[in-house]
Formats: sequence, C-alpha cells, structure tokens
Amino acid sequence: MSSITKRFLDVTANSDIDFNLYPGEICALLGENGAGKTTLMNILFGYYTCDEGEIFIKGEKAELSAPRDAISRGVGMVRQHFALVPSQTVLENIIIGTDSGKGLFLDLKSAQTKLLRLQKKFGLQVDPDARVWTLSVGEQQKVEILKALYRDVDILIMDEPTAVLAPAETVELFNTLKSMVKEGRSVVFISHKLNEVMEIADRVVVLRGGRVVAGRKTSETSIKELANLMVGRDLLERLEKKKVRPGKPVLEIENLSALNDKKLLTLKGLNLVVRKNEILGMAGISGNGQKELSEALFGMRDTIGGAIKINGEALRSGSPASAIESKMGRIPEDRIDTGLMMDLSVEENLILENHATPEFQRFGMMNFKKIHQFSEDLIGAYSIMTSGRDAVTSSLSGGNLQKVMLARELAGRPTVVVASQPTRGLDVGAMEYIHQRILQEKERGAGVLLISEDLDEIFALSDRITVLYEGVIMGDVPVAEASREQIGLWMSGVTK
Amino acid sequence: MIRMRITKREPLPKWARVVIPIAAIITTLILSAIPILLAGGHLWKSYYYLFYGALGTRFNLLETFVKASPLLLTGLAVAFAFRAKFWNIGAEGQLLAGALAATVLGVSLGGIPGILVLPVVMLGGFLAGGIWAAIPAILKTKLKVDDVVSTLLLNYVMIHIMGALLFGPLQQPGSSWPRSSAIIEAAQYPILLTRSRFHLGILIALLAVLVIWFINKRTVFGYRSKAVGVNIRAAHFGGINTTAVILWTAMVSGGLAGLAGVGELCALQYRLIMDISPGYGYSGIVIAMLGNLHPVGVLFSSLFFSVIIVGAHTMSRMTGVPTYIAEVIQGMALMIMLIFLLFTEYRIKVVRK
Repeated sequence: MSSITKRFLDVTANSDIDFNLYPGEICALLGENGAGKTTLMNILFGYYTCDEGEIFIKGEKAELSAPRDAISRGVGMVRQHFALVPSQTVLENIIIGTDSGKGLFLDLKSAQTKLLRLQKKFGLQVDPDARVWTLSVGEQQKVEILKALYRDVDILIMDEPTAVLAPAETVELFNTLKSMVKEGRSVVFISHKLNEVMEIADRVVVLRGGRVVAGRKTSETSIKELANLMVGRDLLERLEKKKVRPGKPVLEIENLSALNDKKLLTLKGLNLVVRKNEILGMAGISGNGQKELSEALFGMRDTIGGAIKINGEALRSGSPASAIESKMGRIPEDRIDTGLMMDLSVEENLILENHATPEFQRFGMMNFKKIHQFSEDLIGAYSIMTSGRDAVTSSLSGGNLQKVMLARELAGRPTVVVASQPTRGLDVGAMEYIHQRILQEKERGAGVLLISEDLDEIFALSDRITVLYEGVIMGDVPVAEASREQIGLWMSGVTK
Repeated sequence: MIRMRITKREPLPKWARVVIPIAAIITTLILSAIPILLAGGHLWKSYYYLFYGALGTRFNLLETFVKASPLLLTGLAVAFAFRAKFWNIGAEGQLLAGALAATVLGVSLGGIPGILVLPVVMLGGFLAGGIWAAIPAILKTKLKVDDVVSTLLLNYVMIHIMGALLFGPLQQPGSSWPRSSAIIEAAQYPILLTRSRFHLGILIALLAVLVIWFINKRTVFGYRSKAVGVNIRAAHFGGINTTAVILWTAMVSGGLAGLAGVGELCALQYRLIMDISPGYGYSGIVIAMLGNLHPVGVLFSSLFFSVIIVGAHTMSRMTGVPTYIAEVIQGMALMIMLIFLLFTEYRIKVVRK
C-alpha cells in the first residue's frame, strides 16, 4: 500500500501511509486508539476506499471497492465484531457467499471435507454442525478464521483478536497464526498490546495520529522503545495549574467489581481514592475497564462487589439517581447516546437532572419562568453557541454539545466530578475550554476523576496519575514524579 | 450509473409540522379520484356528496362529531403512547376492556345514587383500559417483551374474553344472541343537543385533547415521557425512573382508549355487542400518525376521518360508489402521511457514478 490517505469529514484518519507486507510474515500494526490502524486495514479489505494512494496485491494494482474484491484477491479480515449468523451452523456460516452448490442444491458434503482438512491442518477445533450462538467468543473467532481460510486467503488481517480471548485461547490462536505463515501466508496483527506484539510478530509498524512513525523488526526493538513510539511526545497547550493542597477524600472506590456487557468479569476488585481539590488522571488503553468503571460510577451499570463512596456515603449500585443525589458531576464518554437527548431542546437537556426540584416544579407542574432563567444563565456562563434555549440540541457542534453536558453536570456544584474521555473528538479550542473548566472545578473544591486515553491530557491536568489495565489499578504516582515511559509500560501491563 | 441514496436532512422549521399533514390530506383527496373512478362513480358528484353527507346538514355535522369522538380518544391514546416510544397497537383491546367494564358496572350499579353511576362507570372503563395496557408495559420493562407484538396480540385475547362473557355470564337472560342486558338509564351519557346524538362523550374527548396537551406541555410527567421517548438511555442517566414513566404512559394511553369504549357503550349501543367497535383502535394508530402525535393534530385528523366515514354513506347512496371507499381513503391517507413524514427527515440524493 503506498501513500494511502483517508479522510472522514474533517478528520484525517490515514495520512500518506506506506505499508508493505511480505509473504510468510506476521506484521503487527501497533498504535493507540484512533491512530488509524483499523481504518488502514479496512481500506486493504475493500471496506473503505482511500481518498489517495494505491494498493498493489502480489504485484498487481488492485481497485478494491467492496470486501468481495479483496477476498477474490486473497485478502481476508477478522473484525472485532464478528459477521456470523447466530442461528446457523458453523458449516453454513463458512460457506455463505461461496460457490458451493451443485445446481440448486448445496454441496455440504464436499464443503465439510474441505473444512475438516483445514481444521486439522491449523488446529482449529470447532464442531461444524454446532449452531454459532452456542459457541464461545473464542470459538466464534475460530469460525471467522476458518471462513477466511476456506476462501483461500493468503493475507489475513486480524483486528485486535486477543481482546476477546482468554489467555489459553490466545496461545491457541498464536499457534494457528504461526502455522499459517509457515505455509507462506501472511498475517497483519492489529494490536495495542506490546507484550503480544513482541511475542507473535516478526515486524512492527507503529502508527500515531494517522501516520507511520516507525517500522521495526521485533528482534531489534524493545517494549520500552515501542511504548515510546506509540505514545509520542508532542505536548499540548500549556495550562496554568494553580497550587491547591488536596483535602480529605471525597470519592473512595473500594474493591469494586463489575461485569462487562458480555458478562465477563471486567473490574476486578478496584481501589482508588480521589481527594478534594485534586485531579486524579486515569490513563489506560480503552477496553481495559474504563467504560465499565465510569458506568458503575454513573449508576449505569450494576456492580457485583465492593463500594463507591462519596463523602463516606455509599452509592446505590446501578442507580443514576443515587449518583445525582450524592452530587456527582458526570461527563460520560458517549455524550450523544448517554449524555444528551439530541432531539430535544438545549433547555430540556440542561434541566434533565433538576427538573423535579422544588425550585422548578410545584405539584408536578413545571415553573417555566425559573427554568428559562436557569437555562439562559447557563448558556451565557458556558458561552454555548446556539440560536437559543429552544434550539434542537442536534443542531449544535461537538464542542458545544460538550459544553451543554458540562453546564448541566457542573451547575449543581458537584462534590466529585467524573469525566470520561471529555475531549474525545473535539477541536483544540473546545478542548482547551473543557480543560480550563475541569481545572476550575478542582480549584473550587471538587475532587476530579479524569479517565482519558489521551496521555497529553492526563499529564497536563492531573495531580496524580494512575493506570487501569485489565480491570485493576497498575500504580499511582504524583504527576511530578511520573514519566511517560513508566505510564506507557503500565498501560501495556508491564510492571517492574 | 445513477444511484439513489437516502440521506438525512436538516430539521425542518416548525411550520412544516402543520403544513405537511394538510398537504397529505389534500394529496389523499386528489388521489382518491382513482378508486372513485374505478368504482364507476361520477367524480364531482362523489366528492360533493362525500362532504355534503358529512357537513351539509345540522344532523350530518353532529353525526360527524359523534363518529369523531371514539376516533379522537383512540388517536390520543396512541399518540400519547407513541410519544414515549411505547408502541401501543392495542387501543382496540383497551377500548373493548373499557366497554366491558362499563357494561358490568352499568348493568349492576342500580343500588347507588344515580348521580354517582356515570362517574363510576367512566372511571371503571378508564381503569380497565389502563390495566389492559399496563400488562404489555410491564412485560416490556421487566422482561423486554416487544410491545408491538404484545399489545397487538392482547387485542385478540380481549376479543375472546368478551366473546366468552357475552355467551356466558354477561349474556342477556333469554337472548340467544351474544349481547348483554341493557345498562341502567343512570349509566347512559346524556344527549346534549336535541334532535341529534351529540352526547357527553364528545365533550369528554375534546376535554381529553386539552388535558393531554397540558400534560405534554406543562407537567413534569409530560417532560419525562418525552425524554424517555427521545432517548431512554439518557433519561435513565438523568435519574428518571424510566420503568415508572413507561408504565404510567401506558396506563393513561389505555385509559383513553377505554373511555372510547365507554362512550360507544353508554352513548350509542346501551348494551355490549360483539361489534361494538369497527376497529376504532386500529384507526387510532393512523389518526395519531396523521396528527403527528400532537393532540391538536389528532383532533383534526380524527375529524377528517369521521368526515370520510360519515360522508361515504351519503356518497354511496347517491352515486353507488360502495362505502368501502372510505377505508381505501383512510389507508391512502396513512401511506401518504408516512411517505411525507419520511421526507421530512430524509431526502433522496441522486448520485451519478
């Protein structure tokens, strides 16, 4: 692939990327979330078309306008979200879209023979007659790999394949991949886990911000170097941090456990403390329990053990109302799905959490005079750019949506602020504004938990830094003593 | 190659919400010419008698209101539920539940003071409809049962319950027909205008428009119901008890449909019969959509529907076009409105490739 550029609206996901893959190698594509790894591979798989650049497969220029073009040239991809039909059997899933019929009838017998041969060769044991919904995630992944092998691909792209696997399954997967490359096939292994990359890959290409920053042979590099390359060092705007002495603990998380959506244990007895007048920055690569932690704090996810306390009082598990009553300001990472009601007005969003307070209603009837006053004050105070309080929220820009979110959540002068990825997807101006607001909250007396994948943001705002890895806290260090190297290693699960 | 692609468009201004239903009705009336001509009717004569039959005389005009009152109540019921994205397709069953409760009470309440009978009958009908709608709401919130399916299927359950009772304990002694005894006089809706059937139920339906409008616009409950409809996850995040909101919304919705049943029983039939409703509950869905889920919109769309239904009888008598044309026109009105609504949110872009 040469000079690949891909833009989504005003975001450049891939910028002038050159990428080569040789027969018989496993090449890791390493980078943080949003670095452009998956986008690049989606282009190779024909799922996206690139805006600029060319792709050559086996020396031939390839025009890929749909995945079937890529498959016919021997490129297969196993995505993070599988494309299987749950109610059909393994064999039926594998032959979907292939020409495996005799006239009008399916030729299941010869398909099965071919499948069994592949299974034996690569050690991919799955019952061909099992229905897919009965399989574990690891087995479903095997079906996806078999699907690709059945189509005789020479290039297999695996998008973060180990994210869904148990350790033993990972070992199995690695054996399969190794036996594939022995035959002269090639594998692209997308990951942000350094240990795995060092273990499985022959070569590593590091992406950051949509560009290739380095290519290394794994035999000639180290985890430390890769961590540095991946995280980068470009600094953010300089923020003025006033010295405030932290006070008593306001948010205490004790031994917190919770399951993820797939009912797997994701938060594994997590402990942390945030004090008054303090920002605790939580770094970590997404998928390590950040979403589950923030949801547990917000009351959007039931916990299965442990406690969340604000000012010493435990919150009720799975109750947003409890978090609101305890004065937690909550900035969710998905402001459009969870935080805001896009089809309602700005005002209707601003009053979501206090519309039933005695100030704004009596006997179930809303006091619009006071509500209008309240919302207009907030629109002014947060300089929300909108045509008015009645404007439909979906007409606002991303930065202004986040301002609405902040205005609502900070209006009640919260004791604790939990902000999850508060500047993701925002432009620099909006980002700066949000950062200043968060600092102001701390100076006012709130304890802030800042969960972010953006290390620059973490370093710029935090007083202390901690890292979440696979549902547990890796460490905790004052910002003055923290090194990016150390944090990068923690993020990859390496402890010294 | 030319390809068509459907893309989302900018939100339309507020006046569009008024103009679009009117445009849909006009389009419907124009396109109605096709079935009228196919049925062999004379075009202008047919249109003339359609409107003359509904609006031309005092009696016809008042009959149009009589017909509109159950449609208005079921339309409001559906609109109120849909606003919270509780997909209540079960107004028909809730209407029957209301009529059934009103029958039981109306036949047996001879012992209490006359002035109290009608309020008790109405309350009973409202509660019966509300409880019948609460069942699918509980199934939805507790067990995630799809509300479209459960509300729809409960209609048939209610039809058969009613049938069983009308052939059993509720059957008029000595009758071989599936019909109940007549309700007592104190349970009848008073007629408000002489030489017509313009009854109390029409005022109640109009009052319901005001009440629903007030709830939607002015109350905490109306706000919560809307928030749940727009984004249930965000409403939950904001501390709203979404289960309670859905349950209460369903109760009010079912209650309104139940009142429609009470009206048909206590103002027109005076006894329960199997075909007490010619599908008012289903028409309510169309009327709610045509009225853009707004109470005032529902008022006008229910009037439009009753004009078509009442007028079609006169048209049929005078021109020989069958009355079934009314149902064809209703169906067309829904289709056209849905298409128009689609284009308020999306537009077709032609892409040349």
